[in-house]
Amino acid sequence: MKRVQFEHSAIPYLFVAPQIVIIVIFFLWPAAQAIYQSFLLEDAWGLSSQFVWFRNYADTILSESWLQAAGFTLVFSTLVTFLSLSLALLLAVKANEVIRGASTYKTTLMWAYAIAPPVAGLMGNLMFNPLIGDLYKFFNAIGWDFNHKLDSFDAGFVVVLISVWKQVSVNFIFFLSGLQGIPKSVNEASMMDCRSPTRRFWTITFPLLAPTTFFLMVINITYAFFETFGIIDTTTRGAPGGATNTLVFKVFQDGFRGADLGGSSAQSVVLMLIVLALTVVQFRFIERKVHY
Amino acid sequence: MSKVQLSNVTKTYPNGAEAVRGVDMEVESGEFIVFVGPSGCGKSTLLRMVAGLESVTDGQIQIDDRLINDVSPADRDVAMVFQNYALYPHMTVHGNMSYGLKNRGMPKQEINAKVVEAAKMLKIEDFLDRQPNQLSGGQRQRVAMGRAIVREPKVFLFDEPLSNLDAKLRVQMRIEIKRLQRRMNVTSIYVTHDQTEAMTLADRLAVINEGKIEQMGAPIELYNNPATLFVASFIGSPQINLLPAMFDGQYLSSGDLKLEGFVDLPQSKELVLGIRPDELRLSDDGQFPMRVDIVEQHGSDNLIYGAILGAEQESDEETEFCFKTSQDMLPELESNLTLGFDVDRALVFHKDTGERLR
Ligand SMILES: Nc1ncnc2c1ncn2[C@@H]1O[C@H](COP(=O)(O)OP(=O)(O)OP(=O)(O)O)[C@@H](O)[C@H]1O
Ligand SMILES: [Mg+2]
Repeated sequence: MKRVQFEHSAIPYLFVAPQIVIIVIFFLWPAAQAIYQSFLLEDAWGLSSQFVWFRNYADTILSESWLQAAGFTLVFSTLVTFLSLSLALLLAVKANEVIRGASTYKTTLMWAYAIAPPVAGLMGNLMFNPLIGDLYKFFNAIGWDFNHKLDSFDAGFVVVLISVWKQVSVNFIFFLSGLQGIPKSVNEASMMDCRSPTRRFWTITFPLLAPTTFFLMVINITYAFFETFGIIDTTTRGAPGGATNTLVFKVFQDGFRGADLGGSSAQSVVLMLIVLALTVVQFRFIERKVHY
Repeated sequence: MSKVQLSNVTKTYPNGAEAVRGVDMEVESGEFIVFVGPSGCGKSTLLRMVAGLESVTDGQIQIDDRLINDVSPADRDVAMVFQNYALYPHMTVHGNMSYGLKNRGMPKQEINAKVVEAAKMLKIEDFLDRQPNQLSGGQRQRVAMGRAIVREPKVFLFDEPLSNLDAKLRVQMRIEIKRLQRRMNVTSIYVTHDQTEAMTLADRLAVINEGKIEQMGAPIELYNNPATLFVASFIGSPQINLLPAMFDGQYLSSGDLKLEGFVDLPQSKELVLGIRPDELRLSDDGQFPMRVDIVEQHGSDNLIYGAILGAEQESDEETEFCFKTSQDMLPELESNLTLGFDVDRALVFHKDTGERLR
């Protein structure tokens, strides 16, 4: 079979060039640097470095603190994703039913969207401050011996709570617009076919929201992995004893605070691989089920 | 086989719109009722109240003597076909048709048998595994019908189900709907603004105007004996010809025209004379001189539109008549014809009240 051949010209390449330059400078180059660094061991003063093959990987990945951070990241991102998605869905479904004062209600729920993660962290810090924090006092008042500076469960609770609170509004907006995208007559047809509102939700509404849910799940996992950095940095900073270290936060800690460039790079490379694997899983296995 | 009874049914929307204002109606078992009326007259609202998708502000709706005002849509045992089909996009055709039965706890085997039977009846058995977005408009329409049929409801409700189809398919589906309804003998209420659908499908036709039933009866009865000016001008295509007129005891006059043969009409009141386009005929001693403006050839017959010379004018425009005649009648444009009509077949209305006088 003969293919149609168009005359080649340089113009198409010219058009994609800026994009390619950006990708190379801001993504490929740093990634290559990280990979290169991950094989080097610097001396204590950073004056000379030596090629050590996989020693950085072995040292960091197998270390107890990394495994702890990996475990926490897994629990943390699962909780944040699940809680912020389900809470937002609940709110969106309820908001969608409201007829009177709907816009006030919706705007109020969207506010948190405008707050940057570090600011959310600072606000959380105030609320959980042992001296003036209302939530700190409240939890202790209801008989929960709450102290996120000492207790790792309590510290985890704080970062999950703030991260979820910050993310719910984004999810809410998407779910709400997803709900409003379901034709009114489809809902009406289902009302004539099915008596139970709960059953209608799970058989009609939820499946029709699946593309939105999938999209949000990707966004939320990314958020829990990377963007919550700002929240952790302004609240627990991984304390107590690294119990609230996420993988990303640990990369930062080891690289910038601990000045272990090689180890930190090795961790970044592993993180990249994890994200790559996650992305593949998401698109290969889940997306296939959500499109109709 | 079920009766539907509406008594003084009223609907006022929260924004104050009075969509339905006191409708009384009895639909007999197995009857096919069609609602027609201009856009915004409240047809859909009335139908949706029977479906349970709209609350009833006042009055009562009964199916088989059971008051259903506050019964949920799923418990009313009615099925509805929507204008845009409203199929569930994430389910197959089979899924769409079986959903309502599954939720009613019918055993799987039985559901399957019913779905297959209905699919055969509607000639969609080859598409059972497809999703709605893989079907043409006409096929989706059939699936929507199938979803209603398998439920075997007491009442079928249709809200302009054919208006998204092309002209040819519409005729085909119209005939099919009629056939299905005859065969299943299910009480049906059908909303449309299509003349032909209304005339051909209905056992009885309800003409609705501003939320009220203007007249209800067999289609041909409404055509021949409209009770009001509104019904006369709404039913019939092409529309009835209307001429503003006054009666002076001897003549019914309109502008310079003096029409003989009318008696017993109120004098010095504004009246409207109505003559169907097919009641007009060419005649040298006819009453109306007409100047031909447009000739439409529809195949078997021609529609000739023209101004009635000397007739009283509503506002600036000349009074236009439509004359329905055979295909070999092809007058020159701008030529003059003389048209006659049979006084016994002419309708006269009171202009202000719209009441029919003869
Ligand atoms: N949800 C609503 N809220 C407020 N007013 C409404 C609502 N739905 C309909 N109306 C009003 O009620 C009246 C009747 O509407 P309806 O939809 O029954 O008309 P219809 O006869 O079906 O018209 P069409 O032939 O255009 O479909 C209209 O004046 C409309 O503006
Ligand atoms: Mg309507």
